[in-house]
Amino acid sequence: MRDIPGLPSRRGFLKASAATAAIAGIAVPAKAEQKPEPVALTEYKPDCLKPSEWVFVMAAVARLIPSDGDGPGAIETRVPVFIDKQLAGDYGKASDWYMVGPYQPAASPLRGWQTPLSPLEIYQQAIPLFDDWCKTTHGKIFAELDAETQDKALTSLQKDEMKIKPELREFFGILLANTKEGYFSDPMYGGNHGMAAWKYIGFPGARGSYKEWVGKHNVKYPLGPVSISGERG
Amino acid sequence: MARTEKKKDVVLVGFGWTGAIMGIELANEGLEVLALERGHDQATVPDFQYPNMIDELKYGIRYGMMEKPANTTVTIRRSLDEEALPYRSLGTFLLGTGVGGAGTHWNGLNWRPMQSEYRLKSYVTEKFGAGVMTEDMTIQDYPMTYEELEPHFDRFEKVAGISGTAGNINGKIVEGGNPFEAPRSDEYPMPAMPSTWDGVKFRDAAKAAGYHPFPSPGGIASKDYKNEYNMQMGPCNHCGFCERYGCYNYSKSSPQTAIIDALKRKKNFEYRVNSEVLRVEKSTDGKTVTGVTYFDHKTGEEVFQPADLVILTAFALNNVHLMLVSGIGQPYDPNTNEGVVGRNYAYQITGGYTLFFKDENFNPFIGTGANGFCIDDFGIDNIDFAKEGFVGGAYWRAGQTNGQPGHTMPLPAGTPSWGAGWKKGIGEWYGHAMNIGAHGSVMSYRGHYLDLDPTYKDRHGRPMLRMTYNWHPNEIRQTQFMKQKMEPVAKSMNPTTLQEGFKKEGAMFDVRPYQTTHNTGGTVTGDDPKTSVLNRYLQSWDCHNLFVMGANTFPQNTQYNPTGMVGGLAYWAAHHIRKDYLPNPRALV
Repeated sequence: MRDIPGLPSRRGFLKASAATAAIAGIAVPAKAEQKPEPVALTEYKPDCLKPSEWVFVMAAVARLIPSDGDGPGAIETRVPVFIDKQLAGDYGKASDWYMVGPYQPAASPLRGWQTPLSPLEIYQQAIPLFDDWCKTTHGKIFAELDAETQDKALTSLQKDEMKIKPELREFFGILLANTKEGYFSDPMYGGNHGMAAWKYIGFPGARGSYKEWVGKHNVKYPLGPVSISGERG
Repeated sequence: MARTEKKKDVVLVGFGWTGAIMGIELANEGLEVLALERGHDQATVPDFQYPNMIDELKYGIRYGMMEKPANTTVTIRRSLDEEALPYRSLGTFLLGTGVGGAGTHWNGLNWRPMQSEYRLKSYVTEKFGAGVMTEDMTIQDYPMTYEELEPHFDRFEKVAGISGTAGNINGKIVEGGNPFEAPRSDEYPMPAMPSTWDGVKFRDAAKAAGYHPFPSPGGIASKDYKNEYNMQMGPCNHCGFCERYGCYNYSKSSPQTAIIDALKRKKNFEYRVNSEVLRVEKSTDGKTVTGVTYFDHKTGEEVFQPADLVILTAFALNNVHLMLVSGIGQPYDPNTNEGVVGRNYAYQITGGYTLFFKDENFNPFIGTGANGFCIDDFGIDNIDFAKEGFVGGAYWRAGQTNGQPGHTMPLPAGTPSWGAGWKKGIGEWYGHAMNIGAHGSVMSYRGHYLDLDPTYKDRHGRPMLRMTYNWHPNEIRQTQFMKQKMEPVAKSMNPTTLQEGFKKEGAMFDVRPYQTTHNTGGTVTGDDPKTSVLNRYLQSWDCHNLFVMGANTFPQNTQYNPTGMVGGLAYWAAHHIRKDYLPNPRALV
């Protein structure tokens, strides 16, 4: 048997495995080693969000995808980490988008992104305005309100009852979109911790091979998810 | 300062489907051929490899395979008196970039237009009278017949590797295929793909309603396959990552899978990436072109590339933009209805029903871009335009393409968009929904066109392409007709609940949600230089050594996905360039 240049020797690998198993005298575990638990959200050092922004994002996503009831919430799935990392990167900076004026932020929403601000700038400018509005309307900043009032405040934000300036009009929309993205994206982006959101709905993640299942009509697919980095759920 | 490169026989602008087809056909003729691609190089390995490719956030949501609007985009307005605004972030259409272009990230649905679509204006006038057309409708006939194009459709389907079931072979209706399709000379190169549960449910309901279901034809390999260039495809594993992704499995038709590796082996073919063509250069008398000037992103300089023959093989919108910025052909003016470049732009209209079945499992992540079953009973050939009050048609399809939860999460109307109700909704309904879609034609109109924007410029200082488009009442009537016909079929399937998504009277073009990337027209082919930019061989009326490929050549949009027509037209043009033009370069008409 010839070994292929540049690849590990097959015979060498077999010999090494046999030797290792003999010396160790233990069975190779069937399941890949679990990754160590990441740092707690309260200990997490954000890449771009300031402390007051982090507090807001933690509180807001906890209402957008709450923890009670069936299925994981945004907090257990570490959605705030996802949002911080996305806002710190190309998405937050709108690096891929055409961001050259003149701008018409008050144009009809049907005409798409027309604000001169990037997503990160929108978070940075809208959070203090929304916190001020919560204080005026409900007596406390958003994070300090009880859950029921927080839901009311988020509904007001969604309906634009605070009449936010057109440059910040996309705020609720991107906050909600980013929250769901963090819930459903591959765990390597910081959210969907433990692939919990995929397990909840029954999405097998990066399995990507179903040829023998195409003809099995109306039968629930039995396997749990895998992630791009090889985690198994 | 500009540098000048060594002259080539042929320069191709863009290296997607039509660039690859022209590249291999003209390289086989022995010519020195150069393809200039504005984007990066990419190949199945390493760029589309498993598992990194099937990353919904990177490619499905952040559009990692698409041209960044920061680099190239358009401005859009809905009427002549509205100010156009830039399409700053991607939504309604997704423009590709890099080697393979949109041919890498498409769904694979592959069609030939219906017979009446090649001579639409004549068909409509003869059968129903010119009065069924709205006053502003500018549809016209193709200057070539279906019979002339047929061998070239057949060839493209065999090169691309299309799976399907023929319904009409040389006029003989074949059970199980589309009985309304234009007669084909041969079967599809591969048998149809198997369908998931949603497609089968639709097939049975459509049959029960007296319609004629057939498997969706698509560039997805159902078996092992080898084409005329010795390029191989392997059977698809239904991974559910076609649209917006490159295929890691050598199963989806793409320029890479079907042509490019064979083309790269030819010594008389060269391609340069990160080479963005800025304009086509004309000779002093304006009767021919001398080559192209491109921006070399590696060296940061402009380069003049002389060539005897220039072929525009970029995406539809980019081909039109290049013609306008190069000053070739008279730009269209909707006020006077004169001029041709930019005229007859059209989009595509889609609508459908979503059906929810509480107790059924669809496993929506098992899919392909061309999954399921279709019907053509409401195709253009089958509708009485005088009775129904519109011109057009649609094909219907049910077949899940993906279950990626970040952008494909159908929920019943009334489900909250966030909070406890949303979380409960996704738990209850993910995997229990299916869709039936109508994919409709769009006619061309006097007020829908492409020109150069007066305000916004691209990164090279060129005026951006400006699109003027809105939903026309004719298409709204067409899509509402489809709704009316689809509702009883959807209800006959007894879903727990269902909801419709068809455009209504007064609907305005919304650039935010993804709709379709089928942009057509702008440099249409025709018999008359007053109403077309290209003659029947896709040759410029103005400069005989300039040919233009792509969906920008369509006089109006068909009811189908455009790639089959784009491929067929490219082989048609390649055939005539080889046979008629090269031996005696001149205006062929």
